[in-house]
Amino acid sequence: MTPNMTNEEKYALLEDFINQQENKSTSLIAILHYAQELFDYLPNDVQTFVAQKIGIPTARVYGVVSFYSFFTTKPRGKYKINICLGTACFVKGSDKIYNEFKKQLSVEDGEVTQDGLFSIHPVRCIGACGLAPVVMINEDVHGMLNAKEVAPIIKSYRDKEGM
Amino acid sequence: MKIRSFDDLKQYKKSLYGNKKTAKYTVLVGMATCGVASGANTTMTAFEETVNELGLKNVTLKRTGCIGYCFLEPIAEVIDEQGNSTIYTKVDKAKVAEIVSSHLQNGKPLTEGVIKPDMQRINLAEVKPIQKRQLRVALRNCGVIDPESLDDYIKYDGYMALAKCLFELTPNGVIEIIKRSGLRGRGGGGFSTGLKWSFVAKENAPVKNIICNADEGDPGAFMDRSILEGDPNSILEAMAIAGYATGAAHGYIYIRAEYPMAVKRLKIAIAQATEMGLLGDNIMGTDFSFDIQIKLGAGAFVCGEETALIHSIEGKRGEPKMKPPYPAKRGLWGEPTCVNNVETYANICPIIIKGDQWFNSMGTTKSPGTKVFALAGKINNVGLVEVPMGITLREMIYDVGGGIVDGKAFKAIQTGGPSGGVIPYTMLDTPIEYDSLVAMGSMMGSGGMIVMDEDDCMVNIAKFYLEFSVEESCGRCTPCRIGNKRLFEILEKITNGNGTMDDIRKLKELGRVIKDTALCGLGQTSPNPVLSTLHFFEDEYIAHVVDRTCPAKTCSSLIRYFIMPDKCIGCTLCARVCPVSCIDGERKALHSIRQHECIKCGACMDACKSNAIVKR
Repeated sequence: MTPNMTNEEKYALLEDFINQQENKSTSLIAILHYAQELFDYLPNDVQTFVAQKIGIPTARVYGVVSFYSFFTTKPRGKYKINICLGTACFVKGSDKIYNEFKKQLSVEDGEVTQDGLFSIHPVRCIGACGLAPVVMINEDVHGMLNAKEVAPIIKSYRDKEGM
Repeated sequence: MKIRSFDDLKQYKKSLYGNKKTAKYTVLVGMATCGVASGANTTMTAFEETVNELGLKNVTLKRTGCIGYCFLEPIAEVIDEQGNSTIYTKVDKAKVAEIVSSHLQNGKPLTEGVIKPDMQRINLAEVKPIQKRQLRVALRNCGVIDPESLDDYIKYDGYMALAKCLFELTPNGVIEIIKRSGLRGRGGGGFSTGLKWSFVAKENAPVKNIICNADEGDPGAFMDRSILEGDPNSILEAMAIAGYATGAAHGYIYIRAEYPMAVKRLKIAIAQATEMGLLGDNIMGTDFSFDIQIKLGAGAFVCGEETALIHSIEGKRGEPKMKPPYPAKRGLWGEPTCVNNVETYANICPIIIKGDQWFNSMGTTKSPGTKVFALAGKINNVGLVEVPMGITLREMIYDVGGGIVDGKAFKAIQTGGPSGGVIPYTMLDTPIEYDSLVAMGSMMGSGGMIVMDEDDCMVNIAKFYLEFSVEESCGRCTPCRIGNKRLFEILEKITNGNGTMDDIRKLKELGRVIKDTALCGLGQTSPNPVLSTLHFFEDEYIAHVVDRTCPAKTCSSLIRYFIMPDKCIGCTLCARVCPVSCIDGERKALHSIRQHECIKCGACMDACKSNAIVKR
C-alpha cells in the first residue's frame, strides 16, 4: 500500500505500468496485482480505468477480479488479519482462533473495524503448517496460537498505533 | 562472465573452489518461510553481530533454504573443516551466543537442543549406497546451498545436467532417459513424464511452451514452496532441459501470489542465470535459446488444473476446459505446451546425470524414485520429508514422523488434499505409491499428509473439505457447482444432529454421480473425502444419525458438558469463564451446567484445573 500518494499519482503510476506491458490483454492479472498494491483494493473506478486503458470491456475485468480470491473490491483494514483455515491449522483448532478474533473485534469476514485498523480474512493454507495454527497479520506470521493469545496480539497492534 | 561452452562451465566450477580458502566453520541458517516466521532473521542478525563483534575470521555465515524440520525452527547448522555437522534447533539470540562461544571459539559443540536426522542427501557427482530412511533427491540442495547464489548452485554441479543434454545428448535421447527412468508426475496424477514430453516433441509447431505448475493450492502442502525457496535454479535448469527435449523456447512459472519469498528468489535466479548465459539466447554458446517468465496466480485452487492454469496465464478467468485436446497438442496460446509440477522438475537433473537405472533402483517398480511429503497435523515431527516410494504408513508415522502428539491413538491420515481421501489405521502397512493410494480411494496428490488422531471426527473432516470444494468450485459445470453444495448441506445436517440413514445413502449416490460427470479433474475428485470417509468410517456416520452422538466428541450439537461431582472442588473458575453464564454453584460447593443454555464452547473445560468437566 502507498498511503502518502494522491489518487492522481496512483492512476499515473498504474497507467505507466499498463503501457509497459507488451501484450496488455494477457497481462491483465499482473496489472490487477499492481493496481491492488497501489490502491489496496479494486473499486469500480479502478476496474473501469484498467479496462479503458487496455481496451477491453469492464465486464471482462470484473469477471477476472471476482474469480480470484486474492483480489478484493472492498476496502480493508490497515492490518489485514489473515487467519489460516487450511487442514493442518483446522485440525489444530484454527476455528477457535478465528471466532475469537471475530468476537474481540466485533466484525465478520471482510469487514473493517470502525477505527479502520483491522479486517479479518479467512485464508486457505499459507504453507506454514509446521507452525499451525497460524495467523498472518500483514507480513507478520504468528504461529502456534491459542485463543487466549488473541487479545494480547490485537492490543499490541493497537499500542503500536497509540490507541 | 558468460559461459560459452561445456569447458567454460567446468572451469568456472573449478574456480569457485580454488579462489577462496574455506573457513574453519560454516554456519547455515534455514531461512525459508517457516524459518523466518519463527524468527530466523533475528538468529541470522545475532550471528552476524556476534561474529563481527568478536572479529572471528574463520567463520562463514550462509543463508539457506528449508532443512525440513519445521517444528524445530529456527535451525542453524554448523559444519567444520572435516565436514562434521551439528544441527542446532530453536536457535534464539541467547543460543547464538552460546554456540559462538562454545563451538565456534572453543571448538566444543553444544550437546543440548541438537538433532541428528535420519536422512541422506544424494550427491550428483558420486553414487553412495542408501543407508538412511530419508533420501533427498528433489530436496538435495534445500538447506545446503544459498538459494540466492548461482555460484553456490554451480558448486553443487548446477547446470551440469543441462550442459550434458546440450553437448552430449539429442533431444530424443533426453526423452528416452526420462521415459526409461519411469518418473511420474509428482503433482498428483502420476502420468509418465517422459511420455508427456514425447507428445509435445512429436507436435510439428513453430512455437512450443514449457510450464512449471507452482500453484500449490492443497491445504497442508508446502513442498513446492520449499523447493522453490531453497533451490530455485534446479527448477530453471530442468525447465530448460524440457525445452531442449521438446523443442520449446519459452518457459513460464505459474506461482501462487501467496508465496512472495519464492517469487523473489526465482526472480533473482532467473536474472543471475541469464547474465551467465545459462538461460536466454544461445545457452552456453549453442544455438539453443530458452527464456523463463514468472506469472503470478491470484488465489484460485482450480488453477492447479492444467487447462485452468493456462487460461490464467492468458489473463483470463481460470476455468478449465474439456480434454482432449490435451495441452500437449493445444495449450498456451493454442500452441503445444508441456505442463509439469515443481517436484517433477526437481527430479530431472539427477536423472540426467546419474542415469535412469539409478533412479529406477529407488522406490517401487511402478512408482520409482522418491517423494516429498509435507507431514502436518497431529504428528510430532511436523515438516518436510523425502522418502523412497513404497514406504509403509507405519514407517512414515512412527519412524519418520516420530508418532502422534501426546501419545494419542492414530486414527487416519489424509492424503491428496480436497481431491484425496483418508487412509485409516487399519491400513498402516500399505505401501505408499500412486496405484495403492488410488486403490484405497485416495490419491497421492501433491504430497500433503495430514495426520489425525482419536479427537478428529471424520464426518467433520469430510465437511471441512467439501466446504473448501464448494468455495473453490469455478462454477463452470453443474455437478461440481451444485452437487458439491448439496453434499455439503447433507454433511452439515448430519453434524448438526439432524441426519437420517437416507442422507447417508444420498451422499454415496450423489458422490458417485459427481465423480462420473464433473468436467475437470478437480470436480471429479471433489467427492473423494466424503466417499472415502464413508467407506472406512461408516460407523461414525451411523453414530451421528442413529445414536445422535459424535464418537470423536467434536460436533458441538451432539455433545454435552458435565461436571463430575467427585472431582469438582467448587473453585468457581468455570462459572467465571462461561460466556453465557450458565454455570451455577457456590464457592466450595458442587457446580452444575444448565444444559439448555450451554453453547458448548468448551471454555469451562479448558479452565477447570481439577479436570472435573467432561464431554459426552
